Amino acid sequence: MPLTQDDVLRIAHLARIDLDPAEVAPLHAKLGAIFGILDALAAIDTDGVAPMAHAQDVALPLRDDAVTEGDRRDLYQRVAPAVQDGLYLVPRVVE
Amino acid sequence: MSHATLAAQARALAAREVSSVELTRAALARIERLQPTLNAFVTVDADGALAAAGEADAARVRGDAGALTGVPIAHKDVLMTEGLRTTCGSPMLADFVAPYDAHVVAALKAAGTVLVGKTNMDEFAMGSSNESSHFGPVKNPWDTTRVPGGSSGGSAAAVAARLIAGATGTDTGGSIRQPASLSGVCGLKPTYGVCSRYGLVAFASSLDTPGVFAATAEDCALLLGAMAGHDARDSTSLDRPREDYTRTLREARGAKPLAGLRIGLPREYAGDGIDAEVTACIAAAVRELAALGAPTVDVALPAVKHSVAAYYVIAPAEASSNLSRFDGVRYGHRAARYADLDDMYRRTRAEGFGAEVKRRILVGTYVLSHGYYDAYYLKAQKVRRLIADDFRRAYEACDVIAGPTAPTAAFALGAKSDDPVQMYLNDIFTIAANLTGAPGLSIPCGFTRGGLPVGLQLQAPSFGEARLVDVAHRFQQATDWHRRTPPVIAS
Repeated sequence: MPLTQDDVLRIAHLARIDLDPAEVAPLHAKLGAIFGILDALAAIDTDGVAPMAHAQDVALPLRDDAVTEGDRRDLYQRVAPAVQDGLYLVPRVVE
Repeated sequence: MSHATLAAQARALAAREVSSVELTRAALARIERLQPTLNAFVTVDADGALAAAGEADAARVRGDAGALTGVPIAHKDVLMTEGLRTTCGSPMLADFVAPYDAHVVAALKAAGTVLVGKTNMDEFAMGSSNESSHFGPVKNPWDTTRVPGGSSGGSAAAVAARLIAGATGTDTGGSIRQPASLSGVCGLKPTYGVCSRYGLVAFASSLDTPGVFAATAEDCALLLGAMAGHDARDSTSLDRPREDYTRTLREARGAKPLAGLRIGLPREYAGDGIDAEVTACIAAAVRELAALGAPTVDVALPAVKHSVAAYYVIAPAEASSNLSRFDGVRYGHRAARYADLDDMYRRTRAEGFGAEVKRRILVGTYVLSHGYYDAYYLKAQKVRRLIADDFRRAYEACDVIAGPTAPTAAFALGAKSDDPVQMYLNDIFTIAANLTGAPGLSIPCGFTRGGLPVGLQLQAPSFGEARLVDVAHRFQQATDWHRRTPPVIAS
């Protein structure tokens, strides 16, 4: 089913990317061309094929449930746009 | 000395014929002269490099020097460097200074290398031409009206112009091998899991692979040897014994050093869509390999033709998830004006990401969204298995697979920048190794009539890096394509 302009607006909302109204039509055309190659997947026979999520067939390792990292909060927050008292500041979400 | 390989620089340093400060000053001078022409760097750290070079020289005096102590290199700007800005070629991270080093950065620092700067790249490593960088495109040193390839185009161009002897890159769908091919240098993408992804700003986590650029296969092996190794901070890092990837290069084998090695030639790597001059260069390189003793066998990789479609579902899906972290809260750009939290996210991401990154996030969001997951994402993962099965069967009949790295030599700046599908098709020969996790090495193997380099891609089963390096080294002992340098050096 071809991608519609409503689909573009819907996925832009899901991805939290603001679109200028003038961007929508050209973006729709480019995404449509991309899906033109992706839609060829549908015709490939994959009956009985197990999906491959990862290059190496190994189980993810588990480590001991122990604290290994020191407190680096101040270091990591130095690159944040807005912090106060060790907290990240965002616009008010609860009135 | 300026054209010396990494191995030659290391030998000269060890023999005290040159100091790291001298090598580093010379590298910085070359960068200063050619940066306006090539735009290979986003950040040059002259003070930091000279301080590190001084420390390297002091370490040598103390007797603390390792194999790479004092050799100047550069890192792709997607690898985090403590205290030195890491931009990923994006407005989102234009002012981001990482609080820690990536594992491979720390490993190469521990090996004594001197970091001269961070190389330019397609934004968030998404591109095959370097034109999506926020800091402007890198120019191909062989023809500055052409692209160097991407996404690690800055590293490729910097090594091609001999600004530095070695550089890191990352390869998610060909982002080391394709620019190596287009820029006329060697580019090695190791097996997934051999180099830690810790501190590599994530694009597609099941495909992202740190690797290296250098003028020779031997130099690639030296750098990889210093970067590889287990790292518990990356859950996909493999715990394997350390390897010397140069271990077979000094074996004397006579006139047929590749005797017994079976070279597989996939029939899918020839024909439509491949430039005739590229085909001719690859055929000549295969004849050279045969002359070195390696018989060729035809192999079939029927599912590889689906690799572009599978990749451009899987990689954007993973990207849409990974790049959701850029929300203007913890790091990176935040929009100056917004109405509420949701509006802040939307404007921050609209302003902070370029057009290609947005397209991939949107494609990924769509293929993971309710009602489409099975048709796209799950289907692509099944096709990924078919491609891996093809290679497994092919390697029953051969040891190494040879073919073109890219379907054409370097194309003109702007030629494909407005056509994402044409850009994606550049990756047709490189993507499969990312889907399977196996290693690939691109080496220079000829030139077009217009003087543009052509790359030969050698592929092997997982953990076959040392074999790839050996084959490439034997080829480079018998040929001089890798010693040719672009005219811009003399300009």
